[in-house]
Amino acid sequence: MGTAQRNRVLIGKPGLDGHDRGAKFIAQALRDAGFEVVYTGIRRSPEEIAAAAVQEDVAAVGLSSLSGAHMRLFPAVVEALKKAGAPDIPVLGGGVIPEEDIVALKEAGIVEIFTPGTPIDTIISAYRAACEKQPPG
Amino acid sequence: MPKHPKLTEWEENELAKSLNRFPERKEKFTNHGGEEIPRLGTPESPDDAYLEKLSFPGKYPYTRGVQPTMYRGRLWTMRQYAGFSSAAESNKRYRFLLEQGTSGLSVAFDLPTQIGYDSDDPMSLGEVGKVGVAIDSLADMETLFDQIPLGKVSTSMTINSPAAVLLAMYVAVGEKQGVAPENIKGTIQNDVLKEYVARGTYIFPPKPSLRLITNIFQWCSQNTPAFNTISISGYHIREAGSTAVQEVAFTLANGCTYVQTAIDAGLELDIFARRLAFFFNASSDLLEEVAKFRAARRLWARLMKDRFGARDPASLMLRFHTQTAGNTLTAQQIDNNIVRVTIQALAAVLGGTQSLHTNSKDEAHSLPTEESVRTALRTQQVLAHESGVADTIDPLAGSYYIESLTDKIEREALALIDKIDESGGVVKCIEDGFIQRQIENAAYQYQMEIERGERIIVGVNKFQIQEDKKPPLLRVNPEVEKTQVAKLDGVKNNRNNQQVTNLLARLETAAQGSENLMPYIYDCVKEYATLGEICNVLRKVFGEYKDRG
Repeated sequence: MGTAQRNRVLIGKPGLDGHDRGAKFIAQALRDAGFEVVYTGIRRSPEEIAAAAVQEDVAAVGLSSLSGAHMRLFPAVVEALKKAGAPDIPVLGGGVIPEEDIVALKEAGIVEIFTPGTPIDTIISAYRAACEKQPPG
Repeated sequence: MPKHPKLTEWEENELAKSLNRFPERKEKFTNHGGEEIPRLGTPESPDDAYLEKLSFPGKYPYTRGVQPTMYRGRLWTMRQYAGFSSAAESNKRYRFLLEQGTSGLSVAFDLPTQIGYDSDDPMSLGEVGKVGVAIDSLADMETLFDQIPLGKVSTSMTINSPAAVLLAMYVAVGEKQGVAPENIKGTIQNDVLKEYVARGTYIFPPKPSLRLITNIFQWCSQNTPAFNTISISGYHIREAGSTAVQEVAFTLANGCTYVQTAIDAGLELDIFARRLAFFFNASSDLLEEVAKFRAARRLWARLMKDRFGARDPASLMLRFHTQTAGNTLTAQQIDNNIVRVTIQALAAVLGGTQSLHTNSKDEAHSLPTEESVRTALRTQQVLAHESGVADTIDPLAGSYYIESLTDKIEREALALIDKIDESGGVVKCIEDGFIQRQIENAAYQYQMEIERGERIIVGVNKFQIQEDKKPPLLRVNPEVEKTQVAKLDGVKNNRNNQQVTNLLARLETAAQGSENLMPYIYDCVKEYATLGEICNVLRKVFGEYKDRG
């Protein structure tokens, strides 16, 4: 693994959910804030997302799901990153996620979870922090 | 003052005919005080511009509504979209909704079903039964409609790429109940073009998808003539962030594409066009939304007449379902959502919708609970029975603002449709991302206005409070995936597998040619071939579409 680009992130849509308005908005807002953003497009498997993260050498991965499958899919991406030899890439997530799931997701290794109505500045700051925390490869 | 001859003409023809067939809901509509509410407000002496642009309800160009008596004759259909978990659970919810006075069913399928995967497919991980009901085979469909008489209810099914398969299953369940296909009523969404730009449940590339849709038009016109073969949907385009004008333009452009494809395949316009239905979003900008519905109705009538030469009035009428805008629901202070939904539902009714789904207040958190679904339905019932807006037709007509906005939306939507045509048509504009970019840009701009506080969302960027109380949530039983897979195994063990293999092989051969695939699919589902098996055969022949990202 090379030295990850400090401002390069991947936004991924795991599972079968097609609601990508939020994911595309975050991608564009991060670009406007100076990040380089790779967006996977919808309907990607956890393994595809992990492979893309490694290949694009990103400093963080953001996931979006609005279909209720986050409890299965977000941890699956964390696992897939480990298997792909990139356990240090931090994973953030967002979508329609009930509050009581957030604790479990954080225990499963997701560093931040954003729910509807979170100001974009909060999200951008979290990505910045996540990218900086990651130890150099 | 004597009545205008055109008004008299309408009263003696369209109106009289309609009243003869369907008397109005009440002999006399009155206000609190007993005074009679007029059926229709018109200018005292309608001029040529009025007659050309507005005319009368049930008369071209249908700006004022598709039926001569509108809600005085019959209220809109209150149709609540529902479905989750297993077929048995969803069946219970449908029977609850029917008991509560809902007048039509609307089935939500889970994502694996919508994308043609069986519940045991690796791609289905985590999604089984989540956003809708899981259907793998006819056995699930039999459970879903257990004790629901398909000859009496009309059922709308939100199913697109595999619509042919689910339609075949529905007709097969009807036959088992003793209901002939010609008496089956309902709608399949079957609108794949908007899946590529906004909703995401595509399977095949556009060309074979359009073939399947045309196959359905043809098969239904011969077998299920009372079934709406498509619901051309702006709803999801708007949810993805489009403007009102874009919603109308992209939806009607998709509609024109389906019509042209069917004409090219040799279908008779005035036979299939009467079964086209539409589906729009009702957002919070009340007046713009009312104008949007009226503009869409007029523009479609004109397109059908001028571009395609449709003659039958039924081919010219844009009949539509409406759902309130899910994207406007906030996770904060969820009771405020009831107010938003009320405004949006009012827009749909003032805009002349044929059926309506009202969202529940808790949907920014999870699927709605039974209690919040009831409140959503009650919202429609209050509008219908207490607000008085159903008692007089198209009540906002003639407002300077509404009429100029209706004209503007029609004009701008038509300009965008023309632009798509000049750029090579809808399919090309999807493939090169033109439509997706337009929607994305509009969505981004809107969201940034909220972020900058230029657009106020109550409870989100203004009037916030500290909230501790969590709303009660509906949880999908996590066991559903396991039980669904077990049921699927049972089906596969109890059917005639040799016969299934033969029928799937016949389907594959037919798909390679140019025949109508509906009869082959119907044969497959009756032998309990699964949705995934049928779709995999078609994937093999047609290939798969992949999002460009």
